[in-house]
Amino acid sequence: MILETIACPACDLLQQVPPLPPGGKARCPRCDETLGSRSADPLDRPLALTVAAAIVFIIANTQPLMDLSAVGRQASTTILGGAYEMWIQGQALTAIVVAFCVVIAPATYIAFMLTVLLAARRPPAPLWVGELLRWADVMKPWSMSEVMMLGILVALVKIAELATVSPGIGMYAVGLLVVLLPAIMVNFDPAEVWKRVTWADAASRAAIAE
Amino acid sequence: MSATVRSGAEAGLVSCGTCDLLSRPAQARAVQPGHCPRCGSELEWRRRDSIQRTWALLIAAAICYIPANILPVLRTNTVVSSDADTIMSGAVFLYTSGSWPLAVIVLVASVMIPLGKLVALAYLLITVQRGSVASNRDRARLYRLVEIIGRWSMLDVFVDTFTVALIQLQPLMSVEPGPGVVFFMAVVVLTMLAVESFDPRLIWDAGTNWQGRHA
Repeated sequence: MILETIACPACDLLQQVPPLPPGGKARCPRCDETLGSRSADPLDRPLALTVAAAIVFIIANTQPLMDLSAVGRQASTTILGGAYEMWIQGQALTAIVVAFCVVIAPATYIAFMLTVLLAARRPPAPLWVGELLRWADVMKPWSMSEVMMLGILVALVKIAELATVSPGIGMYAVGLLVVLLPAIMVNFDPAEVWKRVTWADAASRAAIAE
Repeated sequence: MSATVRSGAEAGLVSCGTCDLLSRPAQARAVQPGHCPRCGSELEWRRRDSIQRTWALLIAAAICYIPANILPVLRTNTVVSSDADTIMSGAVFLYTSGSWPLAVIVLVASVMIPLGKLVALAYLLITVQRGSVASNRDRARLYRLVEIIGRWSMLDVFVDTFTVALIQLQPLMSVEPGPGVVFFMAVVVLTMLAVESFDPRLIWDAGTNWQGRHA
């Protein structure tokens, strides 16, 4: 059994982690941080989920989220339409942040994950795969599809007092996206990609592996 | 586990923030440990200027928190009247209109989470600066909690955005955003950045013989 020595990213405790069985999870004994988890299928399953998320994401962003009718008038909005209305109303900064959190961050995450997972299928993966993976990781906390969905639901309840609102196709797509995005994260194991990436400094790989 | 608990830094090993690879820098006690041999990212013993940056972002967020709660986030214009709503009065409206579960969600996400984040981060910073060695595990857990739930306080910004986007039935009724929205959004973004710049490893550095370079 080969033990891998790592330092916990949250408390820097040196420790040795045994190879995990599929579905296994390792926790730091000192601070409880999750050190890694192994999914039964760490690359193909997240790839399938990412392809699905990409399709659903396009639908969620192009179809109307909800339709409103009041006193004989109709209105509908899309995700970007919401941000655009804030922009028109003089809230440019809010519009940009909203657009970033619900469109740009999830889109970047999905696109980069798709590229990483495709490129990692045939090792050795080029170094830029690691760079894309890093950026996908940066986007994760800012990708707020599920928060947006709850926000839309609260807005719907508020508006229901004044008008008749019905959810559109975009809303159902957002609902699916909210399930698919965490499913990618749960099934994906970044360590599997790092194992396949070409080292930046090939000489030290030999030094560490010895 | 070995008898002596040691951190990577104490052993002269640095773990890459990007790919988690543990490596030994060429110069064992270098302030700048160089680059990760695997992914090429710049290595750091601890996140750079963690305490200073976190304080700066936290203070900025605390300042924005005041106008975020006082200024209106939404203004509803009808033919006969014009009403301004703050975050609090929005939650009260939900409560009085009968949907108290949603009122609770909005209250938790918009009032309690941002305030809790400010207090929690200040507590973590102060205890780290004092070199506290008490209840490390609980502080680590607190940090993780703040990291996970912080994003949910963006909820009110989305509620306001989609309310504004839908209710544009001029001249009968229209809703426009108020100046409170941008301050509220700033609180959420600044606290999220503060959480990212805080290094939880500093909690465990107190009492070790590794001299932190953040002082």
